[in-house]
Amino acid sequence: MNYIWFFIIVISIIFGAINGKLSDVVAAILSGAEQSVKISLYLIGIMAFWLGIMKIAEKSGCVDFIAKLITPLAKKLFPEIKDDKKAIGYITMNFTANAFGLANAATPIGINAIEQMQKHNKDKKSASNSMCLLLAMNTAGFQIIPATVIAILAANGDSNPTGIIFPTLIVTTIAFTFAIFTAKVFEKIWTPQRGNDND
Amino acid sequence: MIKTIIENISLWLIPAMILIILVVGICKKLPVYELFVEGAKDGAKIGVNIFPYIMAIVVAISMIRASGAIEYLGVCLSNFLNIIHVPVDVLPIMILRSLSGSAILGVLSDIAASCDINSYTTKLAAIMAGSSETTLYVIAVYFGAVGIKKYRYALLTGILADIAGIVAAIGITYWFFG
Repeated sequence: MNYIWFFIIVISIIFGAINGKLSDVVAAILSGAEQSVKISLYLIGIMAFWLGIMKIAEKSGCVDFIAKLITPLAKKLFPEIKDDKKAIGYITMNFTANAFGLANAATPIGINAIEQMQKHNKDKKSASNSMCLLLAMNTAGFQIIPATVIAILAANGDSNPTGIIFPTLIVTTIAFTFAIFTAKVFEKIWTPQRGNDND
Repeated sequence: MIKTIIENISLWLIPAMILIILVVGICKKLPVYELFVEGAKDGAKIGVNIFPYIMAIVVAISMIRASGAIEYLGVCLSNFLNIIHVPVDVLPIMILRSLSGSAILGVLSDIAASCDINSYTTKLAAIMAGSSETTLYVIAVYFGAVGIKKYRYALLTGILADIAGIVAAIGITYWFFG
Protein backbone atom coordinates (compact mmCIF):
# COMPACT_ATOMS: atom_id res chain seq x y z
CA MET A 1 0.00 0.00 0.00
CA ASN A 2 2.89 2.37 0.82
CA TYR A 3 4.32 1.91 -2.68
CA ILE A 4 0.99 2.13 -4.50
CA TRP A 5 0.10 5.35 -2.74
CA PHE A 6 3.60 6.75 -3.27
CA PHE A 7 3.55 5.96 -7.00
CA ILE A 8 0.09 7.43 -7.56
CA ILE A 9 1.22 10.75 -6.03
CA VAL A 10 4.63 10.84 -7.76
CA ILE A 11 3.20 9.91 -11.18
CA SER A 12 0.49 12.56 -10.78
CA ILE A 13 3.06 15.28 -10.13
CA ILE A 14 5.43 14.16 -12.91
CA PHE A 15 2.65 13.86 -15.51
CA GLY A 16 1.07 17.05 -14.28
CA ALA A 17 4.38 18.80 -14.96
CA ILE A 18 4.85 17.18 -18.41
CA ASN A 19 1.28 17.94 -19.50
CA GLY A 20 1.39 21.46 -18.09
CA LYS A 21 -1.43 20.55 -15.74
CA LEU A 22 0.47 21.12 -12.52
CA SER A 23 -2.02 23.74 -11.36
CA ASP A 24 -4.85 21.27 -11.96
CA VAL A 25 -3.04 18.66 -9.88
CA VAL A 26 -2.58 21.12 -7.03
CA ALA A 27 -6.23 22.12 -7.26
CA ALA A 28 -7.09 18.40 -7.17
CA ILE A 29 -5.40 18.09 -3.75
CA LEU A 30 -7.79 20.68 -2.37
CA SER A 31 -10.87 19.28 -4.08
CA GLY A 32 -9.90 15.72 -3.10
CA ALA A 33 -9.44 16.72 0.54
CA GLU A 34 -12.77 18.50 0.49
CA GLN A 35 -14.46 15.52 -1.12
CA SER A 36 -13.00 13.13 1.46
CA VAL A 37 -14.58 15.17 4.26
CA LYS A 38 -17.95 14.88 2.54
CA ILE A 39 -17.50 11.12 2.09
CA SER A 40 -16.45 10.70 5.72
CA LEU A 41 -19.34 12.75 7.10
CA TYR A 42 -21.72 10.70 5.02
CA LEU A 43 -20.03 7.52 6.20
CA ILE A 44 -20.21 8.55 9.87
CA GLY A 45 -23.95 9.05 9.55
CA ILE A 46 -24.71 5.83 7.72
CA MET A 47 -22.26 3.83 9.82
CA ALA A 48 -23.70 5.09 13.11
CA PHE A 49 -27.17 4.15 11.92
CA TRP A 50 -26.26 0.61 10.86
CA LEU A 51 -24.07 -0.14 13.82
CA GLY A 52 -26.96 1.04 16.02
CA ILE A 53 -29.35 -1.39 14.31
CA MET A 54 -26.73 -4.14 14.44
CA LYS A 55 -26.30 -3.67 18.19
CA ILE A 56 -29.97 -4.51 18.64
CA ALA A 57 -29.63 -7.46 16.24
CA GLU A 58 -26.67 -8.73 18.21
CA LYS A 59 -28.37 -8.54 21.63
CA SER A 60 -31.61 -10.06 20.37
CA GLY A 61 -29.90 -13.09 18.88
CA CYS A 62 -30.69 -12.27 15.22
CA VAL A 63 -27.00 -12.34 14.30
CA ASP A 64 -26.51 -15.77 15.90
CA PHE A 65 -29.57 -17.05 14.07
CA ILE A 66 -28.27 -15.99 10.65
CA ALA A 67 -24.88 -17.43 11.49
CA LYS A 68 -26.45 -20.82 12.21
CA LEU A 69 -27.94 -20.96 8.71
CA ILE A 70 -24.61 -20.99 6.91
CA THR A 71 -22.30 -22.38 9.58
CA PRO A 72 -21.06 -25.43 7.62
CA LEU A 73 -19.87 -23.36 4.65
CA ALA A 74 -18.47 -20.58 6.84
CA LYS A 75 -16.57 -23.09 9.00
CA LYS A 76 -14.79 -24.33 5.90
CA LEU A 77 -13.94 -20.83 4.67
CA PHE A 78 -13.13 -19.24 8.02
CA PRO A 79 -11.57 -21.96 10.23
CA GLU A 80 -9.99 -19.41 12.62
CA ILE A 81 -13.32 -17.99 13.75
CA LYS A 82 -15.63 -20.94 13.14
CA ASP A 83 -16.95 -20.91 16.71
CA ASP A 84 -17.63 -17.17 16.77
CA LYS A 85 -21.32 -16.91 15.86
CA LYS A 86 -21.25 -13.13 15.84
CA ALA A 87 -18.41 -12.93 13.32
CA ILE A 88 -19.99 -15.55 11.04
CA GLY A 89 -23.35 -13.77 11.25
CA TYR A 90 -21.82 -10.44 10.26
CA ILE A 91 -19.93 -12.04 7.36
CA THR A 92 -23.18 -13.50 6.01
CA MET A 93 -25.04 -10.22 6.29
CA ASN A 94 -22.14 -8.34 4.73
CA PHE A 95 -22.19 -10.70 1.75
CA THR A 96 -25.98 -10.45 1.40
CA ALA A 97 -25.91 -6.66 1.45
CA ASN A 98 -23.14 -6.61 -1.19
CA ALA A 99 -24.99 -9.06 -3.42
CA PHE A 100 -28.06 -6.84 -3.43
CA GLY A 101 -26.04 -3.73 -4.17
CA LEU A 102 -26.55 -2.17 -0.74
CA ALA A 103 -23.00 -0.92 -0.28
CA ASN A 104 -24.16 1.56 2.37
CA ALA A 105 -25.25 -1.28 4.63
CA ALA A 106 -22.48 -3.67 3.60
CA THR A 107 -19.55 -1.51 4.74
CA PRO A 108 -20.62 -0.95 8.39
CA ILE A 109 -21.60 -4.61 8.77
CA GLY A 110 -18.29 -5.69 7.23
CA ILE A 111 -16.49 -3.48 9.74
CA ASN A 112 -18.42 -5.21 12.50
CA ALA A 113 -17.14 -8.51 11.10
CA ILE A 114 -13.52 -7.39 10.96
CA GLU A 115 -13.68 -5.97 14.51
CA GLN A 116 -14.95 -9.32 15.68
CA MET A 117 -12.08 -11.04 13.83
CA GLN A 118 -9.60 -8.68 15.47
CA LYS A 119 -10.59 -10.16 18.85
CA HIS A 120 -9.29 -13.57 17.70
CA ASN A 121 -6.23 -12.08 16.02
CA LYS A 122 -3.03 -12.65 17.99
CA ASP A 123 -0.99 -10.01 16.18
CA LYS A 124 -3.21 -6.91 16.30
CA LYS A 125 -1.14 -5.00 13.73
CA SER A 126 -1.24 -7.62 11.01
CA ALA A 127 -4.14 -9.04 9.02
CA SER A 128 -5.31 -12.54 9.93
CA ASN A 129 -6.27 -15.09 7.27
CA SER A 130 -9.96 -14.50 7.98
CA MET A 131 -9.53 -10.76 7.44
CA CYS A 132 -7.75 -11.28 4.14
CA LEU A 133 -10.55 -13.58 2.98
CA LEU A 134 -13.26 -11.15 4.10
CA LEU A 135 -11.54 -8.41 2.11
CA ALA A 136 -11.16 -10.70 -0.90
CA MET A 137 -14.93 -11.25 -0.81
CA ASN A 138 -15.54 -7.52 -0.51
CA THR A 139 -13.12 -6.36 -3.21
CA ALA A 140 -14.39 -8.78 -5.87
CA GLY A 141 -17.53 -6.71 -6.45
CA PHE A 142 -20.08 -9.49 -6.44
CA GLN A 143 -23.48 -7.98 -7.17
CA ILE A 144 -26.70 -9.41 -8.60
CA ILE A 145 -28.04 -6.20 -10.17
CA PRO A 146 -25.71 -3.31 -11.09
CA ALA A 147 -28.50 -0.76 -10.60
CA THR A 148 -26.52 2.45 -11.13
CA VAL A 149 -24.99 1.24 -14.39
CA ILE A 150 -28.41 0.20 -15.71
CA ALA A 151 -29.76 3.64 -14.78
CA ILE A 152 -26.96 5.36 -16.72
CA LEU A 153 -27.58 3.19 -19.82
CA ALA A 154 -31.32 3.81 -19.62
CA ALA A 155 -30.80 7.56 -19.23
CA ASN A 156 -28.80 7.55 -22.46
CA GLY A 157 -31.53 5.88 -24.51
CA ASP A 158 -30.64 2.20 -24.26
CA SER A 159 -33.80 0.27 -25.13
CA ASN A 160 -32.58 -2.83 -23.31
CA PRO A 161 -30.38 -1.63 -20.43
CA THR A 162 -31.01 -4.79 -18.39
CA GLY A 163 -29.32 -6.85 -21.11
CA ILE A 164 -26.04 -6.40 -19.26
CA ILE A 165 -27.29 -8.03 -16.04
CA PHE A 166 -26.54 -11.59 -17.00
CA PRO A 167 -23.09 -10.98 -18.53
CA THR A 168 -22.15 -8.81 -15.53
CA LEU A 169 -23.28 -11.53 -13.15
CA ILE A 170 -21.04 -14.04 -14.91
CA VAL A 171 -18.10 -11.63 -14.68
CA THR A 172 -18.55 -10.91 -10.98
CA THR A 173 -19.06 -14.59 -10.20
CA ILE A 174 -15.78 -15.40 -11.93
CA ALA A 175 -13.97 -12.59 -10.08
CA PHE A 176 -15.54 -13.57 -6.75
CA THR A 177 -14.65 -17.25 -7.08
CA PHE A 178 -11.17 -16.32 -8.20
CA ALA A 179 -10.73 -13.99 -5.20
CA ILE A 180 -11.68 -16.68 -2.69
CA PHE A 181 -9.52 -19.24 -4.45
CA THR A 182 -6.51 -16.86 -4.53
CA ALA A 183 -6.94 -15.93 -0.87
CA LYS A 184 -7.04 -19.61 0.06
CA VAL A 185 -3.90 -20.37 -1.95
CA PHE A 186 -2.02 -17.43 -0.39
CA GLU A 187 -3.18 -18.59 3.03
CA LYS A 188 -1.14 -21.75 2.48
CA ILE A 189 2.00 -20.20 1.01
CA TRP A 190 2.26 -16.75 2.61
CA THR A 191 4.53 -16.11 5.60
CA PRO A 192 2.40 -16.99 8.64
CA GLN A 193 1.48 -14.31 11.15
CA ARG A 194 3.54 -14.07 14.30
CA GLY A 195 1.83 -15.73 17.26
CA ASN A 196 -0.95 -17.54 15.44
CA ASP A 197 -0.34 -21.27 15.70
CA ASN A 198 -2.88 -22.44 13.17
CA ASP A 199 -1.86 -20.09 10.38
CA MET B 1 -39.53 -11.51 -14.48
CA ILE B 2 -36.39 -12.53 -12.60
CA LYS B 3 -35.34 -8.91 -12.73
CA THR B 4 -38.56 -7.73 -11.04
CA ILE B 5 -38.14 -10.32 -8.32
CA ILE B 6 -34.59 -9.29 -7.60
CA GLU B 7 -35.52 -5.60 -7.71
CA ASN B 8 -38.27 -6.24 -5.19
CA ILE B 9 -35.89 -8.13 -2.92
CA SER B 10 -33.43 -5.23 -3.14
CA LEU B 11 -36.21 -2.79 -2.30
CA TRP B 12 -37.53 -4.79 0.66
CA LEU B 13 -34.32 -6.17 2.09
CA ILE B 14 -33.39 -3.14 4.19
CA PRO B 15 -36.85 -2.18 5.51
CA ALA B 16 -37.60 -5.86 6.27
CA MET B 17 -34.28 -6.29 8.05
CA ILE B 18 -34.81 -3.19 10.22
CA LEU B 19 -38.37 -4.25 10.98
CA ILE B 20 -37.47 -7.81 11.97
CA ILE B 21 -34.55 -6.72 14.13
CA LEU B 22 -36.64 -4.12 15.97
CA VAL B 23 -39.65 -6.40 16.46
CA VAL B 24 -37.49 -9.28 17.74
CA GLY B 25 -35.71 -6.83 20.07
CA ILE B 26 -38.99 -5.49 21.52
CA CYS B 27 -40.41 -8.99 21.91
CA LYS B 28 -37.34 -9.95 23.93
CA LYS B 29 -37.93 -6.82 26.07
CA LEU B 30 -34.61 -5.25 25.10
CA PRO B 31 -34.00 -1.49 25.53
CA VAL B 32 -33.90 -1.02 21.73
CA TYR B 33 -33.42 2.74 21.77
CA GLU B 34 -30.51 2.64 24.22
CA LEU B 35 -28.86 -0.22 22.35
CA PHE B 36 -29.25 1.67 19.09
CA VAL B 37 -27.58 4.79 20.50
CA GLU B 38 -24.80 2.71 22.04
CA GLY B 39 -24.07 1.06 18.68
CA ALA B 40 -24.31 4.39 16.86
CA LYS B 41 -21.63 5.83 19.17
CA ASP B 42 -19.23 3.09 18.03
CA GLY B 43 -20.14 3.83 14.43
CA ALA B 44 -19.37 7.52 14.83
CA LYS B 45 -16.01 6.67 16.42
CA ILE B 46 -15.04 4.36 13.55
CA GLY B 47 -16.10 7.03 11.07
CA VAL B 48 -13.71 9.53 12.65
CA ASN B 49 -10.89 6.95 12.84
CA ILE B 50 -11.04 6.06 9.15
CA PHE B 51 -11.18 9.64 7.89
CA PRO B 52 -7.38 9.94 7.39
CA TYR B 53 -7.32 6.70 5.37
CA ILE B 54 -10.16 7.84 3.15
CA MET B 55 -8.57 11.25 2.70
CA ALA B 56 -5.22 9.73 1.64
CA ILE B 57 -6.87 7.61 -1.06
CA VAL B 58 -9.33 10.21 -2.33
CA VAL B 59 -6.66 12.92 -2.68
CA ALA B 60 -4.28 10.58 -4.53
CA ILE B 61 -7.01 9.53 -6.97
CA SER B 62 -8.11 13.08 -7.49
CA MET B 63 -4.48 14.04 -8.29
CA ILE B 64 -3.87 11.26 -10.81
CA ARG B 65 -7.10 12.05 -12.63
CA ALA B 66 -6.14 15.72 -12.92
CA SER B 67 -2.60 14.95 -14.14
CA GLY B 68 -3.58 13.49 -17.51
CA ALA B 69 -1.48 10.36 -16.87
CA ILE B 70 -4.37 8.03 -17.73
CA GLU B 71 -4.92 9.63 -21.15
CA TYR B 72 -1.18 9.34 -21.82
CA LEU B 73 -1.27 5.63 -20.97
CA GLY B 74 -4.15 5.20 -23.43
CA VAL B 75 -2.03 6.62 -26.27
CA CYS B 76 0.92 4.36 -25.37
CA LEU B 77 -1.17 1.22 -25.12
CA SER B 78 -3.47 1.75 -28.11
CA ASN B 79 -1.93 -1.08 -30.19
CA PHE B 80 -2.05 -3.55 -27.33
CA LEU B 81 -5.62 -2.54 -26.48
CA ASN B 82 -6.66 -3.19 -30.09
CA ILE B 83 -5.34 -6.74 -29.89
CA ILE B 84 -7.29 -7.54 -26.73
CA HIS B 85 -10.52 -5.95 -28.07
CA VAL B 86 -10.54 -3.00 -25.70
CA PRO B 87 -11.49 0.40 -27.19
CA VAL B 88 -9.26 3.20 -25.85
CA ASP B 89 -12.33 4.94 -24.39
CA VAL B 90 -12.76 2.08 -21.94
CA LEU B 91 -9.19 2.27 -20.56
CA PRO B 92 -9.99 4.85 -17.84
CA ILE B 93 -12.65 2.48 -16.50
CA MET B 94 -10.16 -0.38 -16.50
CA ILE B 95 -7.70 1.65 -14.46
CA LEU B 96 -10.12 3.51 -12.20
CA ARG B 97 -12.37 0.56 -11.38
CA SER B 98 -10.23 -0.41 -8.40
CA LEU B 99 -9.84 3.18 -7.23
CA SER B 100 -12.99 5.22 -7.41
CA GLY B 101 -16.61 4.26 -7.92
CA SER B 102 -17.87 7.78 -8.64
CA ALA B 103 -15.10 8.35 -11.19
CA ILE B 104 -15.95 5.29 -13.29
CA LEU B 105 -19.63 6.19 -13.27
CA GLY B 106 -18.60 9.59 -14.62
CA VAL B 107 -16.55 8.00 -17.39
CA LEU B 108 -19.37 5.55 -18.19
CA SER B 109 -21.83 8.43 -18.53
CA ASP B 110 -19.45 10.14 -20.98
CA ILE B 111 -19.13 6.97 -23.06
CA ALA B 112 -22.88 6.25 -23.03
CA ALA B 113 -23.56 9.82 -24.16
CA SER B 114 -20.88 10.05 -26.86
CA CYS B 115 -20.75 6.51 -28.34
CA ASP B 116 -23.55 4.49 -29.89
CA ILE B 117 -25.55 3.06 -26.99
CA ASN B 118 -25.66 -0.43 -28.54
CA SER B 119 -21.98 -0.46 -29.48
CA TYR B 120 -19.45 -2.93 -28.14
CA THR B 121 -17.62 0.00 -26.48
CA THR B 122 -20.65 1.00 -24.42
CA LYS B 123 -21.47 -2.58 -23.44
CA LEU B 124 -17.90 -3.27 -22.37
CA ALA B 125 -17.76 -0.03 -20.39
CA ALA B 126 -21.06 -0.85 -18.67
CA ILE B 127 -20.12 -4.43 -17.79
CA MET B 128 -16.71 -3.36 -16.58
CA ALA B 129 -18.27 -0.63 -14.43
CA GLY B 130 -21.00 -2.94 -13.15
CA SER B 131 -18.55 -5.58 -12.02
CA SER B 132 -16.15 -3.17 -10.36
CA GLU B 133 -15.34 -2.66 -6.73
CA THR B 134 -13.11 0.02 -5.25
CA THR B 135 -10.44 -2.33 -3.92
CA LEU B 136 -8.03 0.26 -2.50
CA TYR B 137 -10.80 2.13 -0.76
CA VAL B 138 -12.35 -1.02 0.75
CA ILE B 139 -8.97 -2.17 2.07
CA ALA B 140 -8.15 1.26 3.51
CA VAL B 141 -11.53 1.54 5.25
CA TYR B 142 -11.68 -1.99 6.69
CA PHE B 143 -8.09 -2.18 7.90
CA GLY B 144 -8.16 1.46 9.00
CA ALA B 145 -11.16 0.71 11.22
CA VAL B 146 -9.29 -1.88 13.30
CA GLY B 147 -5.77 -0.46 13.01
CA ILE B 148 -4.19 -3.20 10.90
CA LYS B 149 -0.83 -2.05 9.51
CA LYS B 150 0.42 -5.22 7.79
CA TYR B 151 -2.02 -6.18 5.04
CA ARG B 152 -0.22 -9.47 4.23
CA TYR B 153 -1.78 -10.90 1.06
CA ALA B 154 -5.06 -8.93 1.19
CA LEU B 155 -3.93 -6.21 -1.24
CA LEU B 156 -2.38 -8.65 -3.72
CA THR B 157 -5.51 -10.84 -3.65
CA GLY B 158 -7.68 -7.78 -4.31
CA ILE B 159 -5.53 -6.66 -7.22
CA LEU B 160 -5.39 -10.15 -8.75
CA ALA B 161 -9.17 -10.45 -8.43
CA ASP B 162 -9.50 -7.07 -10.18
CA ILE B 163 -7.34 -8.30 -13.05
CA ALA B 164 -9.41 -11.49 -13.24
CA GLY B 165 -12.53 -9.30 -13.32
CA ILE B 166 -11.12 -7.18 -16.16
CA VAL B 167 -10.14 -10.23 -18.22
CA ALA B 168 -13.52 -11.86 -17.59
CA ALA B 169 -15.35 -8.63 -18.50
CA ILE B 170 -13.51 -8.40 -21.84
CA GLY B 171 -14.03 -12.09 -22.63
CA ILE B 172 -17.71 -12.19 -21.67
CA THR B 173 -18.56 -8.90 -23.42
CA TYR B 174 -16.81 -10.06 -26.59
CA TRP B 175 -18.73 -13.32 -26.40
CA PHE B 176 -22.14 -11.65 -25.87
CA PHE B 177 -21.83 -8.45 -27.89
CA GLY B 178 -18.60 -8.66 -29.96
